[in-house]
Amino acid sequence: MCCDHSEEAGAMSVPRYWREEVPRYRLLGEECTGCGTRFFPARPVCTVCGSTEFKDYKLAETGEVVTWTVIRNPPMGFEKYRPYVVALLELDDGVRLLSQVVDVDPEEVQAGMRVEAVFRRVKEDGSAGIIQYGYKFRPVVE
Amino acid sequence: MRKVAVAGVGLVKVSEHWEKAIWGLFAEAALQAMKDAGTGDVDSLYVGNMSGSLMQDQLNMGALMADAVARPGLHAVRVEAGSASGGVAFHEAVKAVASGYSDCALVAGVEKMSDVLPEVAAKSLVMEEEQEYSAYTGVTKAGLSAMLHRLYMELYAEPSEVGMMAVQSHENAVGCRHAQYPFRMSIERAMDSPMEADPIHMMECAGVGDGAAAVVLVPADAGGVEVAATAVATDYCSLAMRDDPLTLGAVQKAAEKAYRMAEVKPGDIDLVEVHDDYTINGVLSLESLGLVEAGKAAKLVAEGGAARDGMIPTNAFGGLKARGNPLGATGVYQVAEVALQLRGAAGDHQVEGAEVGLAQNMGGLGSTCAVTILRRLGP
Repeated sequence: MCCDHSEEAGAMSVPRYWREEVPRYRLLGEECTGCGTRFFPARPVCTVCGSTEFKDYKLAETGEVVTWTVIRNPPMGFEKYRPYVVALLELDDGVRLLSQVVDVDPEEVQAGMRVEAVFRRVKEDGSAGIIQYGYKFRPVVE
Repeated sequence: MRKVAVAGVGLVKVSEHWEKAIWGLFAEAALQAMKDAGTGDVDSLYVGNMSGSLMQDQLNMGALMADAVARPGLHAVRVEAGSASGGVAFHEAVKAVASGYSDCALVAGVEKMSDVLPEVAAKSLVMEEEQEYSAYTGVTKAGLSAMLHRLYMELYAEPSEVGMMAVQSHENAVGCRHAQYPFRMSIERAMDSPMEADPIHMMECAGVGDGAAAVVLVPADAGGVEVAATAVATDYCSLAMRDDPLTLGAVQKAAEKAYRMAEVKPGDIDLVEVHDDYTINGVLSLESLGLVEAGKAAKLVAEGGAARDGMIPTNAFGGLKARGNPLGATGVYQVAEVALQLRGAAGDHQVEGAEVGLAQNMGGLGSTCAVTILRRLGP
């Protein structure tokens, strides 16, 4: 009973998942046609000039770690990945975003570490729900 | 607009109240506050609650809580603003009394977290954040705070200096009847506890608890405790959108508005209740409120500046860390505690000579902030 409840409460609705598929699969944000500021995710109003006109913008796929943490006690749905690294990243085009950093020992993450985007499984909504995919980042091997 | 006063307060011990349903918990605080105010003649009810829709499957909580105290007919509404629900509910009630819509308003914050498993509690905390690109990463509220904690340590302080925020809160809570953890904790215990979200240790995090706190608001006359100001402000929800993540913009803006309304300066504040759900957030709050210079609050706390006889007495009953953090109730606990101080009724927790006090309640990682300034009226 309790397990059924938590699976249900942790599940994402199909329209919510479908709507974000392209931005998440392709790292697609938007660029304001008024002032050129780039955003990820896309947003209704430009925070710099107030414009509501945007064009698609594909993010840089590499960047670096600004600050990070190691999640030891995850929220419902992420338990099987623990411990995992979540970081604030600054991409090479200046756009900042939050992402997991994978394929790395949490002890080895550092500020300024170079990272690149990868396509990964994010979580499963119980035994019958959507298997969610999207971007994570991993260290660049120089 | 009329001046508003706090006429009564009610505080239930933050604990695991297994035997009580959420409306019973609410009623305990509400009845205490009305008894303390010497009037049950309320016409409006503002309920601060964050997670009842997840933890109790309960919506429409205004009506349910009016029902609980057998007052059908009341104007009643639940206010949800994440962990700032209590502070924002208080703000809404103050406006109702100030405007003349209400002559006697009851504000109560209530949260019952022991009804769910720890991972559901963690989920409820991250529900305060934007879901599709922030919560989507699997980050927790502790994790977001931890990213700030790391930036702060790189620039300004040692881990143990930030950790002293928790040690001080526990010290202040000793003997507090409504505190969840009224005992001392050493810095060694905090620093040796397991990591919750690196670099935040488990003993630097507020716990999970059930609680309810209430205050009664009436038009101010000559005496008592006046609401000198209450203000709410917001910030971009994602850390990725903030120019300087270590400046809590919502806290800064709400504080500036409140100081202006109350016609006081930060230096006039005799005591403060800050939102220390994680040690770093208490530290950053002291700075963004303008009470301590940027980068200096952890050192100030570590040197005893936040003690009841320190430079800026902070969290005199234990704050979120030691009094407890029942989410949507927390902001009302803070305001009630400041009111007790200004009445001179804080017992062993009294900050001597306190005339002006401030309470700061934060929702999300600083995306919503409610700041309240109370002032003692009369002699």
